[in-house]
Amino acid sequence: MIRVVLPPHLRTLAHVRDEVQLDIAGRVTRASVLDALEARYPVLRGTIRDHVTEQRRPFLRFFACERDLTHEPPDAPLPAAVAEGTEPFVVLGAIAGG
Amino acid sequence: MSGVRVLVGTRKGAFVLTADGKRKQWDVSGPHFPGWEIYHLKGSLADPNRLYASQSSGWFGQVIQRSCDGGKTWETPGGGMTIKPGAMPAGESNKFVYDASPETGKPLTTHQWYDGTQHPWEFKRVWHLEPSLTDPDTVYAGVEDAGLFRTSDGGKTWQELAGLRGHGTGPSWQPGAGGMCLHTILLDPSNARRMYVAISAAGAFRTDDAGKTWRPINRGLRSQYIPNPTAEVGHCVHRIALHRSRPGVLFMQKHWDVMRSDDAGDSWREVSGNLPTDFGFVIDVHAHEPETIYVVPIKSDSEHYVPDGKLRVYRSRTGGTEWEALTQGLPQRDCYVNVLRDAMAVDSLDACGVYFGTSGGQVYLSADAGDSWAPIVRDLPAVLSVEVQTLP
Repeated sequence: MIRVVLPPHLRTLAHVRDEVQLDIAGRVTRASVLDALEARYPVLRGTIRDHVTEQRRPFLRFFACERDLTHEPPDAPLPAAVAEGTEPFVVLGAIAGG
Repeated sequence: MSGVRVLVGTRKGAFVLTADGKRKQWDVSGPHFPGWEIYHLKGSLADPNRLYASQSSGWFGQVIQRSCDGGKTWETPGGGMTIKPGAMPAGESNKFVYDASPETGKPLTTHQWYDGTQHPWEFKRVWHLEPSLTDPDTVYAGVEDAGLFRTSDGGKTWQELAGLRGHGTGPSWQPGAGGMCLHTILLDPSNARRMYVAISAAGAFRTDDAGKTWRPINRGLRSQYIPNPTAEVGHCVHRIALHRSRPGVLFMQKHWDVMRSDDAGDSWREVSGNLPTDFGFVIDVHAHEPETIYVVPIKSDSEHYVPDGKLRVYRSRTGGTEWEALTQGLPQRDCYVNVLRDAMAVDSLDACGVYFGTSGGQVYLSADAGDSWAPIVRDLPAVLSVEVQTLP
């Protein structure tokens, strides 16, 4: 079970209160986590990465296990603790306010 | 008794204001979508309880919301949680992808940037939603970078009407200070194949074949700030309005100048007349008097607030040129708000109501066609859009 922490606005949009839990068969990468997230919650398509290019939206970043994974390749394996479900994969707004 | 529902889009959410036909006691619902920019909400004439809203954010992009109960509850069309793992998603309501196919998009991939170079067309947000006059599932969306999209399945999927961008002048379109937005969509109630749109800063365009082909309708516009002041395109049109009974007569608030066309946009003439300044954003037409129009003059393009610290709506009962200031109930000192292009609307009760919202968060109503004004609400976030539904 993969745990994903979303920013508050995306939790509201997806109608979830807390962490999202996803089942992923195969390699656990940023791409596979986001694929599973968007399949489960279609409303999130386009809010984290572009509909067509699948590029990360500019003001979002990715963290896990106190590491900044924002610029890691999307197909790179996520830390084992994320794959094992002991640590969450965090989607974070890069700047506050506005 | 009939009533009104006022749909207010703000920088930080949407609000729904409702009252009976007396328009004295108001119920305020919201914020809906708190914290998000709501550029526009609009209801369907064919089904007044069907509303659409454009929700956007610099972080998370564009979301389309739909209500089927007059704004009590909302959903993202086709965007609900997938029940069965691996099931096909019900829709892609937030997906606006430009048509770049050789057949219909030509392909058109660049427009003029601020510095005169060519720049890729990049979707940013939906500025305006215009529901079909007859089908609640069909809606047009005007977007930034300028393009026109349509859904015919209630917002689940959107397709571009690429003939607009592809008609020929697209590569010379240039953004205004607010971005290159398609902000005005007018449907001709007497001719289902005719539609008008306006783009900042490209100008006005018309189709007579339901959106397949388009042509610029900017003859008579004069814009001193572009190299050729009477160019075919390049004019910063801020808003166009028409009266349902006479859809070939158009009124325009341009960046500077208030204009009028009596031939469906084929030619325009200036009707700024005695306005204190002819810069502004909104323009609208009285529900029952097609020659009565309203504007809110703004000081200038570098000072986006009302002149002299006075919030004044100007009314012309002669279709332009002769204007009177409407001030009763509006602040006449120390007021420095703006009124944006989608932030004025009228109801169609017997005594026409006129509504507008300000950058200061007020929504004002005149229940007597502009003679006197009072705020419905005073302290909302900055208002981006105001629409009104007159309910049976």
